[in-house]
Amino acid sequence: MSRASRQAMLADIRNACTPRRGGAGTAAVEARLAARAPGPVPARARIAREGQIALFIAEAERVQASVARVKHVRDVPGAVAGYLARHNIEPRLKCAPDPFLRSIPWAQHPVLSVAEGKGEGDDPVGVTGAFAAVAETGTLVLVSGAASPTTLALVPPVHVAVVPTGRLLGTYEESWAALRARSPRPGKEFVMPRSVNWITGPSRTADIEQTLLLGAHGPQRLFIVLVDEENA
Amino acid sequence: MESTSGRFENNARAALSDPTLQTALAKLADGFPARRLEAAGRMPEFEALRDAATEIKEHVLDHLDVYLETFERQVVANGGEIHWCRDAEEARQAILEICRAAGARTVTKSKTMIGEEIAINEHLERHGIRPVETDLGEYIIQLRREPPSHLIAPAIHLSLAQVAETFRASHKELPRERALNEPDALLAEARAKLRPDFLAADVGITGANMLIAETGGNVLVTNEGNADLTHTLPRVHIVIASIEKIVPTLEDASVIVRVLARSATGQDVTVYTSFCSGPRRPGDLDGPDEYHVILLDNGRAKLLGGEFRDMLRCIRCGACLNHCPVYRAVGGHAYGWVYSGPMGAVLMPALIGMHEARHLPNASTLCGRCESVCPMRIPLPRMLRAWRERLHRAGRGSLFARLGLSAWASVASRPGLYHAIMAPLIRALGNLAGPGRRFRRLPFLGAWTSARDFPAPEGETFMSLWAEAERKRKPYADLRARSARP
Repeated sequence: MSRASRQAMLADIRNACTPRRGGAGTAAVEARLAARAPGPVPARARIAREGQIALFIAEAERVQASVARVKHVRDVPGAVAGYLARHNIEPRLKCAPDPFLRSIPWAQHPVLSVAEGKGEGDDPVGVTGAFAAVAETGTLVLVSGAASPTTLALVPPVHVAVVPTGRLLGTYEESWAALRARSPRPGKEFVMPRSVNWITGPSRTADIEQTLLLGAHGPQRLFIVLVDEENA
Repeated sequence: MESTSGRFENNARAALSDPTLQTALAKLADGFPARRLEAAGRMPEFEALRDAATEIKEHVLDHLDVYLETFERQVVANGGEIHWCRDAEEARQAILEICRAAGARTVTKSKTMIGEEIAINEHLERHGIRPVETDLGEYIIQLRREPPSHLIAPAIHLSLAQVAETFRASHKELPRERALNEPDALLAEARAKLRPDFLAADVGITGANMLIAETGGNVLVTNEGNADLTHTLPRVHIVIASIEKIVPTLEDASVIVRVLARSATGQDVTVYTSFCSGPRRPGDLDGPDEYHVILLDNGRAKLLGGEFRDMLRCIRCGACLNHCPVYRAVGGHAYGWVYSGPMGAVLMPALIGMHEARHLPNASTLCGRCESVCPMRIPLPRMLRAWRERLHRAGRGSLFARLGLSAWASVASRPGLYHAIMAPLIRALGNLAGPGRRFRRLPFLGAWTSARDFPAPEGETFMSLWAEAERKRKPYADLRARSARP
């Protein structure tokens, strides 16, 4: 079925396309794919570093995320414990098996219990890093992989993202360039991870009488900790 | 889904006298357009982005065959599979086969208009597989067995009380006397109800806001996070998408993302924007084992070479619905099938047949707001007129209307004759009108005046005012000789 349909569909499409473009069109497509030309990139994010950090915080807060900025990696457990206590959330963390998150001295705060894995069952809090953060819209860029399961940012009712400010970029295009530069092995062609998730604020819906409600299927709360420490 | 588009006039009349619907539509008219304007205002590059988005789709439509083949190669390279389907029947069959091979009993679904177009839920149910809609609005209308009434807000036509009533009737295992008078309570109930289904589902079906040729993946935008749970938790992810969803690169997708939510809900970007590219990679802790793309034509290739080609740029944001005076008066269900508003009135005659959808191109005032807000700059009014012409040429519509139009056309294309008839008529109407300057009823226009008053013409006609002004300015010039010059 599929093979015959494929031929028929492609033939119909080709018949409609060819008179408009003339020729096979492959050269134009290859050129376009190779160029990866960006469209109009918003000026609001093409600003100096500190401005980008301030913009990220403002944009994330506009969409009901909470943001804390700390100097050192050692300050992260306190910030997280404080946030959870303020909102009366069980301090049981499920962390991504990520080397950066492992470098955080969680044990300094004995109230925090820490486990690693994907997000599941009754995990109250999922803790992730982020591949990047985009100032333009206060967006986190999560990239799936062995050290970053997608479910941690989706299944638990609270998502905590710990992001070194060094990961902060201006625009979406910069995050694509950074991802492409992260070749799996030197010399290997770029392969998309299974899932790239942009997250901008906590989950929401307005499907009942257009009333905005947080926490539809994804997390009800998003807490972003920005860490200034170099090499983080 | 069975179409009721042929009964548009009755549907519209019922919608106009439904107070609950009218309240909901008034709220929509207040909310979305203002929020869109605010979001566009915060983005000085918005108009340039609309141009860029339009250019991207135009380029793709000129090279669609090449892009689809590129996309296919990348899907396969990622370990996924692609299923080419000419029509709804082929798509339903392909999806059912995948579900059967997976031994699926429960299928979670994230809102997809193509899924509505091919009526996949009914098909799965008939074959013993339980589809569960997970978008809150879609879940509500699935329980009520209704089609969506808006592209992005499928349950926009319902009140809180109706949703509560639906939940009470459907969630029979919960205590009857529970309080359901706050939206929070309804959301909490739906969330608790759907969570086990998310975890139990064997297959997750999503649509695609875009397909990316470069990566062989799809883009999904939601605010709830339901699409992400749908493509991450089950063993099999099926993407259903029509052929025109292709964009070349991640950069191109980013341009369209920047106009999509701003045009739709007035958000800068939706909460979740996800780029899925195949099954889980070695070492991944979650994600599906299989990734299938159902690539559906269903009449699109036929549009590609003709006068409705521009419609294939549509990204289903719903801006044209939100700004349409007709949609805002009658809502989505009146249109009688899957789509509605100006985009539906252009698309549906191509999908369900010109005769069945004959009323829809006429359900427009051609005010032009739809085109002015369309992020993809689709000339919707031009295409509505094109359908009207086709319907007229095909001899559709009442004899009275067609004779009237022919008479009108022959008069309106002869300026001298037109003026000779209209000037005294307009003067007479102006003199006949009472102190209210409105007519409650007019001969031959009973259908029009039954729902509105006809405003009386005021003063002289434009032509005679113009001629008068010309005479004053250049007493001896011959007006007709001047206007005949190019």
